[in-house]
Amino acid sequence: MNSFDNLRQQAHRKWEHLAARSNPVIYIGAASCGRAAGAMDVLAAVQETLKENSLTAEIVQVGCIGPCYLEPLMDIALPGKPRVSYANVSPDKARIILKAYLLRGDPLPKTAVGFIGDHDGETFEGISRFFDLPMLKPQVRIVLRNCGFIDPEDIDQYLAKDGYVGLQNAFRKGPEGVIAEVKEAGLRGRGGAGFPTFKKWEICRKAPGDAKYMICNADEGDPGAFMNRSLIEGDPHAVLEGMLIAAYAIGATHGYVYIRAEYPLAIVRLRKALAQMRDYGLLGRNILGCGFDFDITIKEGAGAFVCGEETALIASIEGKRGMPRSRPPFPAIAGLHGQPTIINNVETLGTLPNIMRNGAAWYQQYGTPGSRGTKTFSLVGKVRRAGLIEVPLGMTLRQIIFDIGGGTRKPFKAVQTGGPSGGCLSSEFLDLAVDYESLTAAGSIMGSGGLIIMDEDTCVVDVARYFLDFTQKESCGKCTPCRVGSRHMVEILESITRGEGQPEDLIKLQVLGETVKRGSLCGLGQTAPNPVLTTLRYFRPEYLMHVTDKHCPAAVCRELIEYRVVVGKCTGCQRCVSVCPTGAITGPRSEPHNLNPDKCIKCRACYEICRFDAIAGDAIIIRSRGRIVDEQPER
Amino acid sequence: MSTEYLPKLLSGYAGEEGELIPILQAVQREIGYIPEAAVTRIAPFLRISENQIYGVASFYSQFRFTAPGRHAIKVCLGTACHVRGGQILAEAVSRELDIAPGEATRDGRFDLQRVACLGCCALAPVIQVDDDIYSRMTVIRLKEILAKYE
Repeated sequence: MNSFDNLRQQAHRKWEHLAARSNPVIYIGAASCGRAAGAMDVLAAVQETLKENSLTAEIVQVGCIGPCYLEPLMDIALPGKPRVSYANVSPDKARIILKAYLLRGDPLPKTAVGFIGDHDGETFEGISRFFDLPMLKPQVRIVLRNCGFIDPEDIDQYLAKDGYVGLQNAFRKGPEGVIAEVKEAGLRGRGGAGFPTFKKWEICRKAPGDAKYMICNADEGDPGAFMNRSLIEGDPHAVLEGMLIAAYAIGATHGYVYIRAEYPLAIVRLRKALAQMRDYGLLGRNILGCGFDFDITIKEGAGAFVCGEETALIASIEGKRGMPRSRPPFPAIAGLHGQPTIINNVETLGTLPNIMRNGAAWYQQYGTPGSRGTKTFSLVGKVRRAGLIEVPLGMTLRQIIFDIGGGTRKPFKAVQTGGPSGGCLSSEFLDLAVDYESLTAAGSIMGSGGLIIMDEDTCVVDVARYFLDFTQKESCGKCTPCRVGSRHMVEILESITRGEGQPEDLIKLQVLGETVKRGSLCGLGQTAPNPVLTTLRYFRPEYLMHVTDKHCPAAVCRELIEYRVVVGKCTGCQRCVSVCPTGAITGPRSEPHNLNPDKCIKCRACYEICRFDAIAGDAIIIRSRGRIVDEQPER
Repeated sequence: MSTEYLPKLLSGYAGEEGELIPILQAVQREIGYIPEAAVTRIAPFLRISENQIYGVASFYSQFRFTAPGRHAIKVCLGTACHVRGGQILAEAVSRELDIAPGEATRDGRFDLQRVACLGCCALAPVIQVDDDIYSRMTVIRLKEILAKYE
């Protein structure tokens, strides 16, 4: 029996021990987003409560299961019982739950959000299954299978979940066999462009070179996207196993993970994972005794969106300004230090162990003929159930936004796919299937997986301006159309949002946008105008309202809106008076207040504090100046 | 600015051009920014010009050339934060502390940066002070949060 089988048996024994433990296990979702929601305070409260009540329990910090709107999440598994999940846990709530369940054996079914069970429709003590929640039921979790279930800092837990079995299968099949399997699976690059993974590999494998490099692109730069961060934080070994499989297929001896410095927790987890792999003989010389040598170095990005582009990323690793160069030669032939180099996205790599473990035929059952498998998305913006999801390709936008995301509170307006490189699609596209071809045909792109949902309170002109402002600042400046054209487009959009736009501006935007697309070298410039071009196409009336009526229907564009006090609702509580930084609101207690528009800087403080007041409620409203009819008597 | 820390810091590197960004990152981790004195020492170590170092350092948004405040405030202006009012939040921080993004307060207590995305999009809008991330932020919660840092 070889040493890998020994390692796996040992890991399985450890896992079974964890399952058959005599102490309760408390799982806390402690990825970045969980921490932002207060998971570390919950952790402290749990430790305190255990101590105060002389209870013993094992605490495991796990990654993100995905439903961020339920964060912080805490699960408790008593010996021999399934894991029960509790959502939106505060330190106080954690104390109450622990005392009830651990001391009295009452899982508080009304407080619990679900339990982790194996079969559809199953219940436990009146609690329904966590994966039967509407947000989770339509999902298929392949890449994210371990996120939230294993301790990402413990390689044994990954091994116990059949980790590195895919690698072992890869060694059995040989490099050509791996490429053939990935070809049959139909895997396309998950970084955005959707290029068939096997094709890139094949070119690189055949390319002559003194050394070959395997790079994991974890420079997740799209604002509004966090799929890669969650995967690395929740299951780092899946990505690293994928890197080993890819490196073996192309014949690389050294690898780099190029990761954003803004993701400190992900970097810590990668470093720990690499150290464990080294201990277990999964990194270094003669991996698993199969004669394959490979090592991995972590390179922290230094904050440049354009470095997500392959040739710019390579320049950055070489210590230069991250500026793209023209292709060909493609990196697969001449990349890092002039040698054949493959750059794969985090999610592409995270998918590989699953394909190699279960086979291409199994993977093919998911997705559409042109877009096989599943894709992770960060579903955010004005959606009720925001979070990280994984669905089979080909699912419609409606299913994703409404069935999984629960729709929007105010009427749905648009969805932005593909981040700053993608497009803004209106409600008429809700039945569009989410696959590479359909999104491109609609003028958008799949991109890396950010889905930003907008409701009627979002101004699409402002969103287009926002994206272009972002890409314009991130343009490396090499190509004139991108450097100057995007700048000029931002200036036009700014004047429109200020109410200074002219009808011919819309034509200028269109022409400039098409020029920037055609005249730029890399993906940044070629896609930067997409948000403007798609909004011009699908939301032209909204542009026209800004230009001709000086009216922002969403009441967002600052120069076109005003704040008002609704006399009939204002109770004169003076809370807005106390937060107003410019003294624009005045009035005696218990009488409707006055808001002086000349002093108002539209900072939103009064609006927020008024909304939080249960008595007065929405007594302060934001409305477009262009609106003709007043809904409420106002002062 | 003293450069006592540099010899030890540089001893961990081989002196290859590809190490420039990691070295700059290490300097910034050590003292919080990239001072001129450090650039003067790094250039001969890597056998490249100071110009080239400034060229690379100014290309990446992570590097700063002035001393930071005691606490770093990062206001997220990612898309999800933007549609949920991130810009208004950024302006409120500027107004509260009387500094523009990229600046530090006179008393050296805070410095302010706008960042593209902290990756907590589902909890937008967010701000980060040092290592603490505050989610679902509002303009009115700002004051109490800033008061926690001395």
